[in-house]
Amino acid sequence: MTSLLALGILLLTAFLLLVVALLTRNSTPRFREIPALTRLVRTLGLSVEDGKRLHISLGHGSLLDERGGSAFAGLAALRIITEKTSVSDMPSVASAGDPALGLLTQDTMQAGYQAAGVEELYVPTTSRVTGLTPFSYAAGAMHIASNENVSTNIMIGHFGPEAGLLADISDRDYVTLIGASDNLAGQSVLYASTQDALIGEELFATGAYLGAGTSHSASLTVQDILRWLIIITLLGGAAAKFVGVI
Amino acid sequence: MRVLTAVIAIAVGLMVLLGYFFAEFVGIQTLLLNWAVILAGVASLVGIFNLIAVHTDKVRRAEKGGVYSALLVIALVATFVFGLILQPQHQIMQVLLNGIILPVEATLMGLLTITLLYAAIRLLRRRADVMSVFFIITAVLIFLGSATLPTGDVPVIGTLIRPWVSQIWALGGARGILIGVALGTLVTGLRVLFGIDRPYGGK
Repeated sequence: MTSLLALGILLLTAFLLLVVALLTRNSTPRFREIPALTRLVRTLGLSVEDGKRLHISLGHGSLLDERGGSAFAGLAALRIITEKTSVSDMPSVASAGDPALGLLTQDTMQAGYQAAGVEELYVPTTSRVTGLTPFSYAAGAMHIASNENVSTNIMIGHFGPEAGLLADISDRDYVTLIGASDNLAGQSVLYASTQDALIGEELFATGAYLGAGTSHSASLTVQDILRWLIIITLLGGAAAKFVGVI
Repeated sequence: MRVLTAVIAIAVGLMVLLGYFFAEFVGIQTLLLNWAVILAGVASLVGIFNLIAVHTDKVRRAEKGGVYSALLVIALVATFVFGLILQPQHQIMQVLLNGIILPVEATLMGLLTITLLYAAIRLLRRRADVMSVFFIITAVLIFLGSATLPTGDVPVIGTLIRPWVSQIWALGGARGILIGVALGTLVTGLRVLFGIDRPYGGK
């Protein structure tokens, strides 16, 4: 029964994604304002001009479990950030705490340079695996943030409480920090340590806000539809329980 | 080539997914997941080579912090060689793990405690709004309610307020956030499965 329900939700989501993407392919998406993402968009423009680099941390989410979702969202954002900042004198640096994610980081950055038509400028050592445990990863990423002329730290992926160390080093070096994690502990740490933290599903909106295309904005619409369905189901279930139907 | 990688990735993804719903696909799902685990192991080696390449490059260019990079490469190579010769279960390797790696991680955890306390103190200066005030009040209440005193729980806060906040408000909020994250993960996963997002194959 549970697996049938899961299959049903999966098929419904796939159907909605397809339909919404087709219906909205020619329209300009409109989003509510998320201060952190507005700042991120502004930062991309400024980084090319002020001669400093961006550091994109993708966390230590493994691609083999449920944390892979945030890793893929981070990769989608990385692809656009790389494309937009590839002509900068100081190329962006990306760090990952999982080896498989590290490989995809290299591939994604190279694709970003390719899309910008400057593939020859891509330096493989700009995408790095800095450590294989949460704290060793954070230690390696902190080193990049404080020693490589970084203007903005962008953290998108799976981060636990160790995000606080990265936030602290950014604060001390006057580096702008934009952080998003799928982990509750990581989110609360980032909420306390950053100017505008991205909470919950806002992490998955990064691609759409950076202009990744119709599929990303359609994803947001589908998430909203599914969220309303869940709300209605929860309220309906509570009401049914209250009147004694279930 | 790009089309081929996409076709392979989508086909593999679909077969693994179908394995969760149909028993006929469980065998192929297990096989593919085992391959994925092996590939992840190989990726670890690639990741380590990447780490060595980055840090040897820093040493060669005599960049800022190059000494630490040299130390990292030496320690990494030494641990790798000793691990190969002695095997990971050997007493010396256990001393390396329990005497260096674990204490260093524990130290970072200790540093984090101070860092978080500092962040909480600075929160109101950084963002003085209602939510920040609620955040700090909640954190203080939970902290006081969880504190272990010689006399037992702090009256009212430990026995009434903390369970009420953590098991009703916090749990409800956490579930709401996790539902949002799960929906985001589901849709992102489908985009990758359909080949709309392709973080592989150089495109």
